[in-house]
Amino acid sequence: MGGVHPHDNKISTEAAIEQFPVPAQVVVLMNQHLGAPATPIVAKGDKVKVGQLIGEAQAFMCANVHSPVSGTVSKIDICKDPFGLAKPAIYIDVEGDEWMETIDRTPDIKRECNLEPKQIVDKLKEMGIVGLGGATFPAHIKYSVPEGKKAEYLIINAVECEPYLTSDHRVMLEHAEEICIGISILRKALGVPNAYIGIENNKPEPIRVMREMAAKFEGIIVEPLKLKYPQGAEKQLINAITGRRVPSGKLPIDVGCVVSNVGTTFAVYEAIQKNKPLIENILTVTGKKLPSQHNYQVRIGVSYNDIIKHSIGELPETTGKVISGGPMMGKAMCNLDGPTVKGASSVLVIDESEAVRAKESNCIRCGKCMHACPMGLEPYLFSALIKNGRYEEAGAHNILDCIECGCCFFSCPANKPLLDEVRLGKNKYRGILAAKKK
Amino acid sequence: MAHQIMLAVIVLGALGIIFAVVLYFVAQKFKVIEDPLIDEIAEVLPGANCGGCGKAGCRALAEAFVKQGSMEGLKCPAGGDAVMQKVATLMGCTAEASEPQVAVVRCNACFTGERSKVHYDGLKDCSFANSLFMGENGCQFGCLGLGNCAAACQFDALVMDPETGAPKIDEDKCTACGACVKACPRGIIELRNKGRKNRRVFVNCVNKEKGAVARKTCDNACIGCGKCTKVCPKEAIKVENNLAYVDYNLCIACGKCVNECPTGALVAVNFTPVKPKPVETPAVEAPKADAPKVEINIPQPEPVEVKKNNE
Repeated sequence: MGGVHPHDNKISTEAAIEQFPVPAQVVVLMNQHLGAPATPIVAKGDKVKVGQLIGEAQAFMCANVHSPVSGTVSKIDICKDPFGLAKPAIYIDVEGDEWMETIDRTPDIKRECNLEPKQIVDKLKEMGIVGLGGATFPAHIKYSVPEGKKAEYLIINAVECEPYLTSDHRVMLEHAEEICIGISILRKALGVPNAYIGIENNKPEPIRVMREMAAKFEGIIVEPLKLKYPQGAEKQLINAITGRRVPSGKLPIDVGCVVSNVGTTFAVYEAIQKNKPLIENILTVTGKKLPSQHNYQVRIGVSYNDIIKHSIGELPETTGKVISGGPMMGKAMCNLDGPTVKGASSVLVIDESEAVRAKESNCIRCGKCMHACPMGLEPYLFSALIKNGRYEEAGAHNILDCIECGCCFFSCPANKPLLDEVRLGKNKYRGILAAKKK
Repeated sequence: MAHQIMLAVIVLGALGIIFAVVLYFVAQKFKVIEDPLIDEIAEVLPGANCGGCGKAGCRALAEAFVKQGSMEGLKCPAGGDAVMQKVATLMGCTAEASEPQVAVVRCNACFTGERSKVHYDGLKDCSFANSLFMGENGCQFGCLGLGNCAAACQFDALVMDPETGAPKIDEDKCTACGACVKACPRGIIELRNKGRKNRRVFVNCVNKEKGAVARKTCDNACIGCGKCTKVCPKEAIKVENNLAYVDYNLCIACGKCVNECPTGALVAVNFTPVKPKPVETPAVEAPKADAPKVEINIPQPEPVEVKKNNE
């Protein structure tokens, strides 16, 4: 159902993953995941090593945070994230690059995993693994299947349907075996017979590589998928692979599915087999007007300015927007001094000529937004309701089912900011629901 | 032919009589007995249905008055004391005199020049922008300048100043209904007592960041230094979370704190300047005068509500 076909612009697929140098200072935000912020457990002046636990998850919906560098904690304060919003953070001045002794830094691939499912989940929690597909959902919660529910499918999201992004593409090419080991571990944690890797058809090379590798493993099946945005959205992917539909307001586990990003499986491999916490991200630096395209393995907490300086020197003069994430769902950043977080997938530099929004005109009731909506919603209706403050009616039309993919906005011939309006409506309706609960 | 016309007249006439009789009895049966006082009170209320009283509209307030039988706890902020007096006469009770209030935008927001660090081209709605980012002028606490407050104002008292991009309040038109206060997602707008001779002193900032950070964000930010609290003779100023707040119930508008403020976050409005200063902080200079009370400024209250010291 629905979907659009934006130009895929995958111009950085040829750039191999490079190790990004460690900067002089990193700022580690305490809420890099969905849920409550972690609590700092180091103090000013403390020496930390790479991989040392510095923020502890004390709430249920929370994830541990580890130091991505070695050095001294210079302060614990608030820091403005890339969107200019103040968040609690730990500032670390880098000294050398001393890793925790427990972390296995050898390049050998470790295939055996003798842990029990419960131990695997505990280790995911300890290592602060979160979903790297964008939502940064804590992995240990996802892989603790609630009682009364049963996981039947493990689906690995390697669709990467967002234009420009190539981090998953490169990880699959360069770390296919690690990914497959990671998948086997997750399969064991869930106790499911088969894991499916969904890859969009426009990536023949990763499909080939993953197929070859998956043949060596038990119960890993590669599923090439039709080229369509948002094929990689969780509910769309489940439907494409299993034919099941996640009902409104339910989670994938309600239909027996668990979906993880391919980047997460690599992080899981490193965490379980190599004891390496989530301290690095694979990040794409791309843009049509950039002199070079890059894929980096970057320590968390490096500022976006550092990344830009190191990779391309300076932003082109005609830069219109710098986006974190893809062009469809990503957010334009307004504070490039802000640090990267777990789940950051790209630095996308959009030229001025492409960054301008076209002038909005009146809705002509063509219904394109309805056809484009992968969730079967009516964005034009939301737009009208929200403009008039009728949030509850919008809620009755299932506004909360919107996955914010932006297909409606993309397809609208009147250039109405449909997604903005729907997001506003979702916020307002959630507020109303929360007020009712009290 | 004539016969047919007659027939039609007779049939319709008979039907009319039957319906009239039926309607009469139905009307008797379902008669709604309503206190005529409600209509009378609704008549004297402004009829703007602004919702400032907390009710659905003016008539709902009138009903509430009659139902309650007293005026306690109910007030029409838009109409003010004059309207409340009329209601009191109708109700046969006395209205408590209350201090007239006015909405105050507590932000130095300026969206032009260097202060405008990023350009926002999304949906023109403050609460949406608030969920996305810090705001065009770089302050997480300050005005977003997208005009939710101006849209909420039913009295044309609050307009977006095209020069600065920030909201501007027309004191004469503002009825203190509080619609803008509710509309602002950042809680910048506050209803404050108009004060004697319309003179007011308040902190024109809501930035809760530490001094140095706040100062970096905005030249006129309150840095929470606390100098103002020391000079205040009435202990009307409190500093909490790096932000000073002037309690309008205690403030006597002496203006001492305004002179003390190192950033110009404290402003005094409607103080007559001793001599017209060309630029910069005219309001700040005013209270220094030895005899500020001699000047009478009621005939020409300054229309500008928020003094923007950074301009």
